[in-house]
Amino acid sequence: MTGDRLRRAGGPGAVILLVSAGLAVLEASGQAFWQGLAINLGIFTILTLALNLTSGFTGVFSLGQIGFMALGAYVSAILTLPVGLKDAYLSDLPDWLAGVHLDQMAGPVPIGFLGATVVAALLVTAIAWLVGRVLMRLSGHFVAVATLGFLVIVRVVLFNADTFTRGSRTFSNVTPNTNLWWVWIWLLVVVYVVWRVKRSPVGREMLAQREDRLAAQAIGVRVLDPRLVAFVIGAFFSSVAGSLYAHFITSFSPTVFYFDLTFRVITMLVIGGMGSVSGSILGAIGIVGLTEVLRRVEDATLLYGLSQIVLAVIFIVVITVRRDGLLGQREIPLDRLFLRGGLRRAAATVPEADQRL
Amino acid sequence: MTEYAIQQVVNALSAGSLYALMAVGLAMVFGILRLINFAHGDLMMIAAYVAVFCIGAGLSLLVSLPIIVGATVVVGLLMERVAYRPIRGAPDVAVLLSSFAVGQILQNGTLLATRLVDKPQLIAFPSPEALSGVVTLGTITIPKVNVASFVVGLLLLGLLTLFVTRTDLGLSMRATAEDVPAARLVGINVNRVVATAFAIGSALAAVAGLLYSVQAGQINPYMGFTPVLKAFIAAVIGGFGSISGAVVGGFVLGFLEVLVTALSGIGDLIPAGSVPPDVLGFLHQWLPAGLASWRDAIVFVVLIVVLLVRPQGILGRRDRTDEG
Repeated sequence: MTGDRLRRAGGPGAVILLVSAGLAVLEASGQAFWQGLAINLGIFTILTLALNLTSGFTGVFSLGQIGFMALGAYVSAILTLPVGLKDAYLSDLPDWLAGVHLDQMAGPVPIGFLGATVVAALLVTAIAWLVGRVLMRLSGHFVAVATLGFLVIVRVVLFNADTFTRGSRTFSNVTPNTNLWWVWIWLLVVVYVVWRVKRSPVGREMLAQREDRLAAQAIGVRVLDPRLVAFVIGAFFSSVAGSLYAHFITSFSPTVFYFDLTFRVITMLVIGGMGSVSGSILGAIGIVGLTEVLRRVEDATLLYGLSQIVLAVIFIVVITVRRDGLLGQREIPLDRLFLRGGLRRAAATVPEADQRL
Repeated sequence: MTEYAIQQVVNALSAGSLYALMAVGLAMVFGILRLINFAHGDLMMIAAYVAVFCIGAGLSLLVSLPIIVGATVVVGLLMERVAYRPIRGAPDVAVLLSSFAVGQILQNGTLLATRLVDKPQLIAFPSPEALSGVVTLGTITIPKVNVASFVVGLLLLGLLTLFVTRTDLGLSMRATAEDVPAARLVGINVNRVVATAFAIGSALAAVAGLLYSVQAGQINPYMGFTPVLKAFIAAVIGGFGSISGAVVGGFVLGFLEVLVTALSGIGDLIPAGSVPPDVLGFLHQWLPAGLASWRDAIVFVVLIVVLLVRPQGILGRRDRTDEG
């Protein structure tokens, strides 16, 4: 039995080791462009996984995710800003906040950054819980629009709360704490949590009420609670992604966190497959890669806007001809990599559920 | 004070009729297909760019208008045929998301087009002669375009009502909105009805886009996003899927927005001494001058409250609400 468990851990373990080694090489190479791309990819993968949990698993489509990301970005950036910069930069901050600076180091590790990320994420989670308790009652279209409303409200708040956010002016001078390792570790945490949720009782409730709400309710499956759990955990990780993003790009304004970003993450999710963890990862890789290529094309031809058109067309084609995306609800069974029969047999034994968007 | 109030009422009526024009288009399509067409706002944007082109070419408003409306209707029909018809019957959210994709294509397509003809993204809107200037009534001055928005809005909405209630196609449209399979059974060509709804919606959006651009004074490829959100709120407040509800919702929203704007900083407008200082202090504290910049957040809070408390809206019926 332990042998079996060890073998099951072998597949993901091997992948983790391989990617870690790759990251070490990348770090040593000093190729800033590829490092930046990898960080970007990691952050978008976290966002896609978080949205998958919130929306893919439950069928409750949230367009407000980027609002949580924005809050996470601003809160963590304010927390890590050194006191001197706070005075110069956000001079009107209330005293209790002006003295806070989570820029402590434990050796080479910016432990304050970790603290700021977690504090911001917890705060955002609390907000998500309040918002979710209200909004998760809605369904279908209406929840999408109400959460879009949340995104607009967050934007208005960020623009107007100049004391904390500098309003429409750029918030810059954020310490560039985010590196490959932070993103990689958080990504592993997210993958693990989302994976576990999918296989947990509450995760099965999410999927069940997504497939058929009435039938699920009739056999005693809860609707509201699993939705709220998904919404809140998704918000936590979106906030983490926001914090990582803020400490990566180091200067931003509220306009960054709006509809373009929302739509890009949705595209990754839908293309990968709603309800599939490995699908989200593939979707993020595909779209981040494609965006980068298209950006090159745009720069070369000066045809700005082309990349969004291509993405939108891909999106419509996927929705029209392959609504389940790449993987639907299935997973790449990495844990069977070292089992007898391997991936192929495993793929055949995973029951294919009725997959709908 | 009275003049201020009258001016604000006119503003509200003008904004309300623009919202109503947009909301009606959304509501007609939603009533039949249960599709929230977020690309509807981009039709306004298309109309605005066609208008710039026509006016730039020296055409008069009377000649331009059919071109503007016609071009927008063509885009609206194409959108329905290419993007929405193939996925009819797909889950609500899938269709909603692809309407966002359609919007992205229209916005970025326009962006590309402006680049190809070497124009900046943001262009000043050349206001046609007939819509510029102000109307003066005694001591009150009102921009002409505000009056025009209200009059044109009422006129078009009246025509739409006649169409829906007095013509065969209008009757088919209402029947299809009631029950698509049943409408098909009695021989209604549903595709034609859907195309008609899109065509009418696009035409109304074109007129709204023209008036909106004159009011805003400038246009850009992303200008349709906020109006479509507002129109959507209007349609929800009124009762989604109902045409009359959309009209009512549009005016309610117009008044709500103007109220927020008008009340912000109201304390500064009241002459000192005419009200007790307590009242003035209260006004300064709760209705500060900055309130207007919170307007969008306030209307969305109203939307969420409506969705929770009365999801069927003011005029909607319970069975129209989404319980998926």
